[in-house]
Amino acid sequence: MAPIKSLDDLKRVREEALEKRRVKSASGQAQVIVGMGTCGIAAGARDTMKAILEYIEQSGITGVLVTQTGCIGLCEKEPIVQIVVGDQPKITYGKVNPEVARRIMHEHVEDGKIVDDHVIHL
Amino acid sequence: MKYYRTHVLVCVDPECLKRGAHDIIDALQDELVAEGLIDEVQVLETSRIGGCSEGPEMMVYPEGVHYANLTVDDIPYLVEEHFLKGRIAQKLVMPIEKTVDEELSAPTAKEIRVVLRNCGVIDPENIEEYIAEEGYMALAKCLTEYTPEQVVNDVQASGLRGRGGAGFPTGKKWQLARNSPTTPKYLICNADEGDPGAFMNRRVLESDPHSVIEGMIIAAYAIGASRGFIYCRAEYPIAVRTLNIGIRQAREMGLLGKNILGTDFSFDLEVRMGAGAFVCGEETALMASIEGKRGEPRPRPPFPAQRGVFGKPTNINNVETYANVPQIILRGPEWYASMGTEKSKGTKTFALAGDVKHSGLIEVPLGITLREVIFDVGGGIKEDKGFKAIQTGGPMGGCLPAEYLDLPMDYEALTAAGSMMGSGGLVVMDEETCMVDIARFFMEFTQDESCGKCVPCRVGTRRILEILQRICNGEGREGDLELLDDLCAEISATSLCGLGQGAPNPVASTLKHFRAEYEAHIKEKRCPAKVCKALIRYDILEGVCTGCTVCARNCPVNAITGERRQTHYIDPEICIRCGICMQVCNFNAIEIN
Amino acid sequence: MTVVTRSNQPVVDVVRQVIERHGATKDELIPILNEVNQLLGYLPTEALHLVAAEIKVPLSQIFSVASFYNMLSTKPRGRHVIQFCESAPCHVVGGRKVFQALQNELGLTSGETSEDGKWTLVTTSCLGVCAVGPVLIVDNDIFGNVTPAQVPDILARYH
Repeated sequence: MAPIKSLDDLKRVREEALEKRRVKSASGQAQVIVGMGTCGIAAGARDTMKAILEYIEQSGITGVLVTQTGCIGLCEKEPIVQIVVGDQPKITYGKVNPEVARRIMHEHVEDGKIVDDHVIHL
Repeated sequence: MKYYRTHVLVCVDPECLKRGAHDIIDALQDELVAEGLIDEVQVLETSRIGGCSEGPEMMVYPEGVHYANLTVDDIPYLVEEHFLKGRIAQKLVMPIEKTVDEELSAPTAKEIRVVLRNCGVIDPENIEEYIAEEGYMALAKCLTEYTPEQVVNDVQASGLRGRGGAGFPTGKKWQLARNSPTTPKYLICNADEGDPGAFMNRRVLESDPHSVIEGMIIAAYAIGASRGFIYCRAEYPIAVRTLNIGIRQAREMGLLGKNILGTDFSFDLEVRMGAGAFVCGEETALMASIEGKRGEPRPRPPFPAQRGVFGKPTNINNVETYANVPQIILRGPEWYASMGTEKSKGTKTFALAGDVKHSGLIEVPLGITLREVIFDVGGGIKEDKGFKAIQTGGPMGGCLPAEYLDLPMDYEALTAAGSMMGSGGLVVMDEETCMVDIARFFMEFTQDESCGKCVPCRVGTRRILEILQRICNGEGREGDLELLDDLCAEISATSLCGLGQGAPNPVASTLKHFRAEYEAHIKEKRCPAKVCKALIRYDILEGVCTGCTVCARNCPVNAITGERRQTHYIDPEICIRCGICMQVCNFNAIEIN
Repeated sequence: MTVVTRSNQPVVDVVRQVIERHGATKDELIPILNEVNQLLGYLPTEALHLVAAEIKVPLSQIFSVASFYNMLSTKPRGRHVIQFCESAPCHVVGGRKVFQALQNELGLTSGETSEDGKWTLVTTSCLGVCAVGPVLIVDNDIFGNVTPAQVPDILARYH
């Protein structure tokens, strides 16, 4: 990361970051965002994350980006996983244990069907 | 200063301007003049509301409604519906994709996220994502366009008050540090969030650390500080890690350290961890801890702005206070002041915990009522039980019963009611809570955390605790309540720091609002909520019990006797009231009396 | 005199390395004690003497700091330290029953270490994850939404 020496530099970095984001959603790539704040971890988010990564490895699906985020706010619904497929709206799932995670990966990410019984409406 | 009842912020970003934002503003002002509303509704220009492809758009406060896709023809209808009749003009509201069940009310409908805007949205370990969300633009604006005085003025005009609990006007605090002639000056962020039930700061630190870092750099520029500390409690290891990563990345990008953004302003930051002492959240104790001493508070004056850490002028603010600063600079102080009440401006984060359906973190405009927070945002009481009380402000706050549900959440209103805003922890209690037990519980906490330096707190809280313990054990005496009243008043008046001054609040407020419960414990040796162990018995109901022996086999102290197929019996002398028998009984044959 | 600690390095070496990392000044005292406590499991008297000598502060002051803070221990602790949150938000959602279960399972009460040196049970103040209460921490692992029935399973994960 090159140091930012002026306001113009900062604007340029911002443009590049926004562009990266546009490319990600335009590519039809799926994004899986796991809440890894302390409340998420206390509710078992690490096991959920592991299950998701294992699923990707075993099933061999490509074009899936797994990232983490902090606390989303509905702490008692943790572990929380958010799915963005292409440029469709973000879907937020709650109480995602490893088993539910595998269902979401299979039904939503692979087959494009939202897993209704675990969706949280924000 | 004119008081407007409504503020309209119209987006004038390039995209919205292209679509006719200025025509909208003109039409709006004409219509407001025609209807005689021009002195009540203020129209402001703003940027980046967010729905660029749906412009022209506007936000209307205090409701927080987002109107989009506006045409000049829509304006008369909008003014008549919303500003005259007070109804939201639904057909002009920005469409949000609803997926499945439209009847489920979104718990976040009443929230306005300022401090929490990035939490759960960006990757906290990647500074570029923060920059994509306009991160560090506020800092750039300050360093290139504002003098330090102007930054202080903006913060003062916004009405921002310290979010750590005391609610001292932030702009004024910065001005005092700025005026101090001694150098070097220090900046400290109080991230020692120790209030039970408060975890708002943790969320911001773990999910959006740069909002705090940027706020601190701006503050350092404003007051002339060269070095800063973030004092973070050791119980938040993930927050410490995220902060350290953020600081490192900011340094690499030239946003922290020498010659920030190529100017001659230099400032650096480090994280200091606490070691498990609640009292170190008190600012003078915190500074002592940074100096390597016991976390014991000292009297003020001198205030930190004159003589703080290492004897030099210091500005200390809470995590949330700093996190608000970049937005105030970017969107302008009028925007911030358009939310909230007259004396309590802006939004505040709260942590809803206890017996409420949607526990978690929320951010709402100040002035919202307790009822709205608990029932609209919080979804009401778990299992739809009855509401008994809510404790606001942490362990130094008071408990408020149902009569106060329509109280607005405002610094002055809460203090007048016998509680306080505090850091924002809200503990909701249902009808099965014993208020005497709760008072005892909070007193155990403060007693444990008392640093021991001054007599009123060290000895006084212990005496109060002893009395409460006796009452909960069924040994309450005539005269105990009067003694508690006296002790509370004396300790509040004579303690050295905020911990001692506030420690009696839970007791005093429960004595005021729930005195009958105390009296039942003392005079009738009865706990109405069936909680205090010494005053309850577990009984097996004859006629319901089938004699299956499950309870007897699970009792850890063998207090249950009975033959197969015969009603069993619990010996109250041996029973320790652990409740396991009631959990394992399949026939609901056990009740508490 | 050898002291049994969590580290297999002698106390002298551990303390010297920590002081070198932080710098031998008074305001680094708490970070130094925090790290030594982490590495050794607690703060043996020998370590306190060494710190006092290196940063040139009287032992009494070092001891007064070491005994003030909850997370620093001057007594040996078990191999696994269980911290249970006993603050109000965890209490009102069933914390008391979980604590009872912990005490029953371990045969210990707050502040005690088991005879075989495996467990130390301590109660702490609010850990800041109230929405997933009741909460307990074993070493550095945090468990939320704990019910009394889960306690034996959680404890069984540690050897």
